[in-house]
Amino acid sequence: MNRPKAASCHPYNPPAMPKTCARPTRFSSLILLLGLAAALMSRPAPAQMTVEITGVGSQQYPIAVAAFKTDSAAPEDISAIVRADLARSGQFRMVEAGDTPVAEDERVDLPQWRARGADTLAVGSVSHLADGRFDIRYRLYDSVRNTQIDGISYVAPPAELRLTAHRIADRIYEKLTGDKGVFATRIAYVVQFSRTAYELQIADADGANPQTALRSREPIISPIWSPDGTLLAYVSFESHKPVVYVHALATGARTAVANYKGSNSAPAFSADGKNLAVVLTKDGNSEIYLIGVDGSNPRRLTTNDAIDTEPYFSADGAWIYFTSDRGGSPQIYRMPAAGGDAQRVTFTGDYNISPRVSPDGRLLAYVSRRNDLFQIEVLDIALNQELTVTDTVRDESPTFAPNGRLLLYATEVGGRGILALASTDGRARARITGPNGDIREPCWGPLVK
Amino acid sequence: MRSMRILFTASATALLVSGCASTKLEEKPAPVVEQSKPPAPAPAPAPAPPPVAKVEAPPPPPVDPLNDPVGVLAKRSVYFDFDKSLIKVDYQPLIEAHGRYLVEHNARQVRIEGNCDERGGREYNLALGQRRADAVRERMELVGVAAARIETISFGKEKPKALGHDEAAWAEDRRADIVYR
Repeated sequence: MNRPKAASCHPYNPPAMPKTCARPTRFSSLILLLGLAAALMSRPAPAQMTVEITGVGSQQYPIAVAAFKTDSAAPEDISAIVRADLARSGQFRMVEAGDTPVAEDERVDLPQWRARGADTLAVGSVSHLADGRFDIRYRLYDSVRNTQIDGISYVAPPAELRLTAHRIADRIYEKLTGDKGVFATRIAYVVQFSRTAYELQIADADGANPQTALRSREPIISPIWSPDGTLLAYVSFESHKPVVYVHALATGARTAVANYKGSNSAPAFSADGKNLAVVLTKDGNSEIYLIGVDGSNPRRLTTNDAIDTEPYFSADGAWIYFTSDRGGSPQIYRMPAAGGDAQRVTFTGDYNISPRVSPDGRLLAYVSRRNDLFQIEVLDIALNQELTVTDTVRDESPTFAPNGRLLLYATEVGGRGILALASTDGRARARITGPNGDIREPCWGPLVK
Repeated sequence: MRSMRILFTASATALLVSGCASTKLEEKPAPVVEQSKPPAPAPAPAPAPPPVAKVEAPPPPPVDPLNDPVGVLAKRSVYFDFDKSLIKVDYQPLIEAHGRYLVEHNARQVRIEGNCDERGGREYNLALGQRRADAVRERMELVGVAAARIETISFGKEKPKALGHDEAAWAEDRRADIVYR
């Protein structure tokens, strides 16, 4: 019998690395359209991913991002990308800046900007260099205190223009909120186009620049980034059973690291990136094991008749959070990563799964089923206070932004699988819709150095 | 019509119960007596020719009960209640019949594939589907099948058979399938 062609791999080339030709597929060419004038010139017209902001944070910084002065048409509109990033965080309110470009070396009338409602003003320029690269400069002003608060210049090739815009947005975000920005990060997710077409894709955090890492006729679930961002682990059903793979993004090379009898699933990298927790059924029911990133040396961590699954390491490496129904219903537990007794963490309701801990270890996000609705909860671990942070009701797969301020998750609206964002205080909300297929299983990548 | 069905079922059951033992009748050619030989010393009296075998159409080869479309083994799926992996009483005879078949046909391997309906998390549903497949395996082990001959895997909610979003579809998807290799 002819086996159907197994999954096909593609090297993933983030713009910051030396490039070989990365060809986006027709299906996976998605760019961000915010409904603002994001005029993208000279790009082939790809399908568009839409971000719709449906809720804003309790505190919003009013900022004006002026159009950056350009000497001639640049392939990317830096100020539009910066505006979209800041808006998507839910923590900034865009003040209309008009069309007039304002360069970083121009005099600015800060009291005028303040009168227009902008407490902060960003200005800048983009210039072509002789070698084909661009010189990008920006300055950030505090129009309340009448001072400059930031300024920097970058030199970047055309392929890194979007990344540079994200870096500028990160700097603005950090200056004003005190938290690290996540606009330059990447997300991985799975798209299902049909019953026989699945893709594992990686895109910028704003949905732009998607690239396909894996194409398969069978499902792909549970993608997760290594802490250094060079590897993805995931579960593939290409051999008609669940098998865990580790996939090197730079080369597309991958290894089946857990392919035992029975089901192999739920990979999670340890904080030092050297081990993977996985769920294996080779010795009976679903249990959590530790294996090397190359699949070596399996060590069993749980031993009971109940389901133990969805392991997730805390960022400090001290704990493994996981889902277990050893108490009669699926709940979140944690156990010391070095071994030891598990303690139960969730007590409300009879169905709490998919634990994710914030990078600072203070918050636990999970999916809770209550009255047939599936929503994401955030628990303040120290205070033991829980908050429902989503307004959608078919939620799955929460993943923290690496600054711990936002959650990305999958949900279903109007019968379609989409991604959505929620701030951990439950106020800022956005929905991310792709043009084709159902998007699911998101995982937020690490901070970019 | 109904009596025909009963007759068929009865014969199928009879075949099943008898373990399908039957032998093919071999045709024996009628012996030929030779003519025109020179007179020989008084020949021993020619042996009486054996009786001519009655030529009948040979009976059909034994049916593997696994391939019998109306046999109990034709059913390969066990269905479950929401959130549950308990084998309902209705399905116990089916599983036991497959178990006994496996005991009698040592070379056969089987895989049991567990599934869930679309509601709930993917990894938890993978584990729940696994539990359903394991429950079927345990039932087979009760009638004597060695665990090593059965692989149990789960598709969770990833490979739904019924695509609707109502109880009828969900009930169809809460299922373990017995798959012979």
